[in-house]
Amino acid sequence: MNHKADVIIIGGGLIGLTQALALAAHGITSHVIDRADQASMLQAGFDGRTFAISSSSYKLFEAIGLGDALAGKGCPIEKIWVSDSLKPGSLDFAPAEDDGFLGQMFESRFLRGVLYNAALESDAIQLHMPANITHKSQDSGRASVHLDDGKVLTADLMIVAEGRQSQTREEMGINIAHWQYDHSAMVGAIFHEHSHNNIAYEIFYPSGPFAVLPMLDADDGRHRSAIVWSVDAADAPGYMKLSPRGYAAELEKAMGGILGQVEIAAPLSSYKLGFHHAANITAERLVLIGDSAHGIHPIAGQGLNLGLRDVAALTEVLVDGMRLGLDFGDAQLLDRYSRWRSIDTLLIAVSTDGLNRLFSIPGKTASAVRRFGMAMVQRAAPAKAFFMAEARGESGALPKLLQGVAV
Amino acid sequence: MTNASSATTINATEAAHFGGLAAEWWDPKGSSAMLHKLNPVRLGFIRSAVDAHFGGDGKARYPLLGKSALDVGCGAGLLCEPLARMGAEVTGVDAAPENIDAATAHAALSGLSITYRAGEIAAQGLGQFDIVSSMEVIEHVNDPAVFIGELKRHMKPDGLLLLSTPNRTPASRIFLVEAAERLGQVPRGTHDWDKFLTPDELTALLNDAGIEILDMQGIAFSPMSGLHLSSNMALNYILSARLRG
Repeated sequence: MNHKADVIIIGGGLIGLTQALALAAHGITSHVIDRADQASMLQAGFDGRTFAISSSSYKLFEAIGLGDALAGKGCPIEKIWVSDSLKPGSLDFAPAEDDGFLGQMFESRFLRGVLYNAALESDAIQLHMPANITHKSQDSGRASVHLDDGKVLTADLMIVAEGRQSQTREEMGINIAHWQYDHSAMVGAIFHEHSHNNIAYEIFYPSGPFAVLPMLDADDGRHRSAIVWSVDAADAPGYMKLSPRGYAAELEKAMGGILGQVEIAAPLSSYKLGFHHAANITAERLVLIGDSAHGIHPIAGQGLNLGLRDVAALTEVLVDGMRLGLDFGDAQLLDRYSRWRSIDTLLIAVSTDGLNRLFSIPGKTASAVRRFGMAMVQRAAPAKAFFMAEARGESGALPKLLQGVAV
Repeated sequence: MTNASSATTINATEAAHFGGLAAEWWDPKGSSAMLHKLNPVRLGFIRSAVDAHFGGDGKARYPLLGKSALDVGCGAGLLCEPLARMGAEVTGVDAAPENIDAATAHAALSGLSITYRAGEIAAQGLGQFDIVSSMEVIEHVNDPAVFIGELKRHMKPDGLLLLSTPNRTPASRIFLVEAAERLGQVPRGTHDWDKFLTPDELTALLNDAGIEILDMQGIAFSPMSGLHLSSNMALNYILSARLRG
């Protein structure tokens, strides 16, 4: 049996589901395929994973009808406090009075649930998860996917949102530039004694950046934050073996007691940090979005937001194309998406990579240079505005969805 | 078949030239690369003209639902297919049977139902349509006035006419005929510059036929924004028109 939709989305994670919902909001139908069983993933407890949703990403969610489901569930970041190893010369990023917050912290599990339930309810989206793909192909006429239950799905365009280790990208022979940092990131969530006052802390140590990101208080009223702590890859296993109490003690030290006593609130996980950037993000009737196209150091919390910018741009390109009567796999449309995203993603990737390298150089001189640099940024309004806009995800030619309006 | 109009509107040498290109028509990087790049630009104009004429909001997926469209000189269906996707019941006519073969095969691949006819427009016995279009064709016919008469004959009283054609200017001579053909952006032998019509000449021809222009825009090129709609008509222009009431 042949099932035709406008597009096939491979990968039903946050990016894949948001893409499906953004297209559905404009009357474009999709098949979404994922190996994992989303329903059972959602039943698990809090896994300690969180996302900083920039204000423009939040506008995208609002524009596709998720505003009610998300309202009040994220913790606003009102200020970003940047410091070099807790030495004097720290740098504050705070938005102007009428400019709103810099972003909101959401539990990954919660976001996933909102997206999954919205996708389940949408007539324009057919979810195939869990499902395994036995064969996929694209030619000048269509993209098709065979599932292990015998279904054959066809569409005008295949959208690959299967994450960092994209099998489809490899099968297509799309090269990626990539390197591994000698760092691992440990992520998790903590309870802490003092209120975070909606401040995100980014403390740069020679061994790597350490971020403490404000979360909403737990149901029992305890203060919570998420942590992203980068350390030398060789040291990560040692940290991960510490008892919760021992780990909390290390955290308190790294935080300089800013938030008082600390307790682990969710299981910790660690992963090696890398950078990758696909040489091409389109092929015949195929586009890459999210981490399949590019992965960056999570130093500024931009991975998911960058992926959502792909979603917003691709949605605008496809909706504009639809209104002109073009095939969703039209080479001109894919070219427009590619031109629109390539420069933006590379700029952000390289700047976050550079920032990370800058802060990774050990020694007094390097530290002095960093503190001087931070003081300069603090004083130079345009540079600060740029960093602020970058953190919010508002620089570059902005797709309509990121401005909070439908295409 | 030797009727008077086939002698006047089909130019045999030019029809053979396009037939040879049929297989390559749909390759976005092939010899019709320029047409593929041009397509979204002129479709942008067409969409606005359709919404303005039939009262659409610019957002609907199927603004031409229930409407009929005739594309004259349809090639391999680069305009017919978008019109069909916008909801129209589309008929495409082209002088070269090879083009019609390519168009028919591609419509099947795209899953679109489009009626294609090879031969002379006058000989098809077609009725009247809500939309009559002819893109980059009038500069190739032997007698533009007769050709416009044929287009008009197929328009419903409240129908919309869509035409695009290169202007006859030094710029179009350099860019379209000399540079583009030599650089392989447009196949050699596509254009005969002397037959290009200026906007004034075309306006006068339409006027004589009782057709009034609704909107006319240039299709210009710049290195930064590529091909785009513009007030500059030096290279190419596109227009919408209706029967004078």
